[in-house]
Amino acid sequence: MIREEVQSSAARRTLSASARLLGALKLDGALLVGLGLVITYALIVQFSASGQDLPTILRTLFRVGLGIIVMLALARTTPNFLRNIAPWLYLAGILLLLVVVVMGHVGKGAQRWLDLGLIRFQPSEIMKLAVPMLCAAFLHDRPLPPDWRALLILAGMVALPAGLVAMQPDLGTALLIFASGALLILMAGLPVRVILILLVLAVGAALIGWRFLHGYQRERLLTFLNPESDPQGASYHINQSQIAIGSGGLFGKGWMNGSQAQLDFLPERSTDFIFAVIGEEFGLLGAVVLLLMYLFIVSRSVYLASQTSDTFSRLLASCLALTFFVYVFINAGMVCGLVPVVGVPLPLVSYGGTSVVTLLAGFGILMGLHSHRKLVGS
Amino acid sequence: MNSRVRIKDLWNEQRIFLSRTVAAMTIVGLLSLALIGKLVYLQIIRHDYYLEASQGNRVRLEPVPASRGLILDRNGKVLVDNEPAYQLELIREQTPDLDDTLHRLVLIGMLAPEDLTQVKRTILAHRGFDSVPIRLRLTDEEIGRFAAHRFEFEGVDLHTRQTRHYPYGELGVHALGYVAAISEEDLEKIDRAKYAGTTLIGKLGVEAAYENQLHGKNGYREVLVNAQGRSVERQGAYTPDLKSEAPTAGTNLQLAIDLATQQAAETGLGSHRGAVVAMDPHNGDVIALVSHPGFNPSLFERGLTRDEFASMNDDIDKPLFNRALRGTYPSGSTIKPVIALAGLTYKVVDPDKEEFCAGIYHMPGSALLFREGKSGKHGNVDLVHAIARSCDVYFYGLAHELGVDRIAAFMAPFGYGALTGIDISGEKPGVLPSPEWKKHYFKNPAEQVWFPGETINFGVGQGYLLVTPLQLAHVASELATRGKSYRPRLVTGFQDSMGRDIPFTPIANPDITNVADADWALILNGMEGAASYGTAAAIGKGATYTIAGKTGTAQVFTVSRSAKLTQNEPERLRDHAWFIAFAPAENPKIAVAVLVENGGFGASAAAPIARAVMDAYLLNKDAEPPIAGGKP
Repeated sequence: MIREEVQSSAARRTLSASARLLGALKLDGALLVGLGLVITYALIVQFSASGQDLPTILRTLFRVGLGIIVMLALARTTPNFLRNIAPWLYLAGILLLLVVVVMGHVGKGAQRWLDLGLIRFQPSEIMKLAVPMLCAAFLHDRPLPPDWRALLILAGMVALPAGLVAMQPDLGTALLIFASGALLILMAGLPVRVILILLVLAVGAALIGWRFLHGYQRERLLTFLNPESDPQGASYHINQSQIAIGSGGLFGKGWMNGSQAQLDFLPERSTDFIFAVIGEEFGLLGAVVLLLMYLFIVSRSVYLASQTSDTFSRLLASCLALTFFVYVFINAGMVCGLVPVVGVPLPLVSYGGTSVVTLLAGFGILMGLHSHRKLVGS
Repeated sequence: MNSRVRIKDLWNEQRIFLSRTVAAMTIVGLLSLALIGKLVYLQIIRHDYYLEASQGNRVRLEPVPASRGLILDRNGKVLVDNEPAYQLELIREQTPDLDDTLHRLVLIGMLAPEDLTQVKRTILAHRGFDSVPIRLRLTDEEIGRFAAHRFEFEGVDLHTRQTRHYPYGELGVHALGYVAAISEEDLEKIDRAKYAGTTLIGKLGVEAAYENQLHGKNGYREVLVNAQGRSVERQGAYTPDLKSEAPTAGTNLQLAIDLATQQAAETGLGSHRGAVVAMDPHNGDVIALVSHPGFNPSLFERGLTRDEFASMNDDIDKPLFNRALRGTYPSGSTIKPVIALAGLTYKVVDPDKEEFCAGIYHMPGSALLFREGKSGKHGNVDLVHAIARSCDVYFYGLAHELGVDRIAAFMAPFGYGALTGIDISGEKPGVLPSPEWKKHYFKNPAEQVWFPGETINFGVGQGYLLVTPLQLAHVASELATRGKSYRPRLVTGFQDSMGRDIPFTPIANPDITNVADADWALILNGMEGAASYGTAAAIGKGATYTIAGKTGTAQVFTVSRSAKLTQNEPERLRDHAWFIAFAPAENPKIAVAVLVENGGFGASAAAPIARAVMDAYLLNKDAEPPIAGGKP
């Protein structure tokens, strides 16, 4: 044993040095590698999708840098601290949402932004973290599975910000906030019987909610049901993105060679529809490789979540991991015509917005929860 | 409420969490498979379909217009060609402030202030990156002026475009026609696919009648476009292989028109309203076709404003009206040779028997009096002299002897009241009256009756008879060739892409066979007489060839039969002057009909024009070999 240790000491020193560093930073190496790969991939695709625009890449790098700083900071915080600030974060988020709704900056016909000079900031991004944090904190001290009263309170916690975001109107983000809350409650052990009842109620609510949808939101939904019906109108997005993906074939048309993407046929090609650029230029192979990287991140995150020892950490970490997959599925599914078109970016890969920062913040929390698992007092 | 106090069961929570984790990851796996399945469907199974769709997206066919065929006169002189013209074009998205730019264009005089709204509307109707023409056909001075200010106008630039060019301006405009922007009506008639990229279409005359030949075949080239339809050089890093096909230029048309003769005819008419048609009697070739006044064909290509068109259309001189084909007038005395032929053919007249003309004709069995026209009393005249000196009284009597039915039946084969079938459109048939015609034409039974007095008037070409100048040129041709005639034609052949002529065969009409040769000769005598000692004696003077002609005067204003006509009537109420002729009389090479509206007497107003036309054609050194008969 000792002899072997000596023989491989050089290698071990390097390994243990980086392991010590990661340990000190409270990070997870495997998850970092996964995130790094996806972000690298994103930069390559964004360069093509933006029409070889270097400033785009620089802006993305700036946001990633900002995200890493936030991630490092959050990874160092303890679960107790997070649990304590959850209500305040939630409250701040709600107030900012109200500000946005009342006097927010008008962007793309929807009020979503607060201009902080250096960066335009969407308060709804805060809610993506604040909602699961508050819900997890709320359930931390309660017996699980939650009873009806707890469920009602949870529903309110989710519905308030989701409703405000939907009013902006930003259906995609509202959906994601709702999904994060729902996932957390599911992970908390909501009985299958209750899940089924809620599903029935959800279908009913959807039918009623249809009446409150904006014209373009309805069109997007209808388009999803029959994309060929109106090739120049609402279904233009989905038709063009399907043409882009389909024409990519197995190996794709090559980097910066996608005619759909490069000749502007693809709408919002560096933001919401960037997955179609990947499908067109890198083919099935490129798309599946990206999906596998995402799955690795999700699996690793879920694994980390399962290693935590308290309720708050477990629920929050698993919720963040699964919500990440929901992002991926909704965006990729929308772009290839599997789900209706809703404005949800492809996590870490779509250009723009502050979602990269929020996502990295989420992973920072997740890694922090994992690395602080032994320090939790009960 | 739950009466039992529930305690946190950490072990149970852990168990539930693990089972939920497993379930969640199973769902994650299944959803991922669904995604991959959809990708496989799009990218493998339907790959070909989507590949084609993306190809169709990015490649657009851009038409390359063919250059329009030229129009040449009989000696190969170019009457109509194409020339590049400068125009001002504006690209909206490159123009920082559209209103300001347009305003400044007005200030330097490149745009008229009244056109501003229309120009702006046109610009806004196009896509931002389209180059929109805002001023066509700039003059050299304007080109210079803009060039000096060019740097001040971002997004505005000079461009060239092929336009139709009429080197002789108004010359022959009613024969050649003009081109103008394709209208919605045109779009219904043409194959739109063949006209993609074409902006102009023939609207009148030869330009319209031979549109198919002149247009040619447009080519195309594939251009790479982006989603906005803007053509781009390359897509990302990739330049695709693009196809193209060169256009085939339109066919050049060979006209029968002789430039010099046409010019002589237009000069001859001078400031008068009127028409001249000259034809080769042996094949129907139209040597000259003039309707005066004309108009500048280039105005239509540029596009007339509503006011410009209205002022042209309402012009009292009717410049847009093609008098040669569409103007119908009483034939006046030009009918007399034909009436004489009818008399001879039906043997109701002895050509040698002299009739006494005292200037007044008493219709037998009636109290009606018919006055001699302007030429006074003729004394004793035989048939030849009656033609030469245009004695109305002689023909009043002859018409009475013939009767209207025989006159109408005899005249029909000469083409009266019928279209000549000239190869451009718009021709009017005129009227060949008869009791039958009257019955159909009038609704009121009282007016349907043919009165004997109307036959008398018919004999001197007044009354209901209406002819076009083209028809009378046709009649003159038949008199020249003794009953042979051809369908009049402006275009005698094509010139193929190699420059070879492909002539058309003239289309013959049925011959007039019921007239004896001796009778044709008598008529020729009379018409030669008219041009040597008769009514038109003046025009024969100094001619190096013999002319056979006949004057005519068509009443514009119906003067009471007994009233004396004077030359002092207001100009537009004056009679129309006619002259028909052919020459050389013994071997006719040209037949002419001249109409001068309100010209008064045929001999003085119309005959000199006919002489000038015949001189230009017969004595033209560039043209065929000199005519027999020597030089002056």
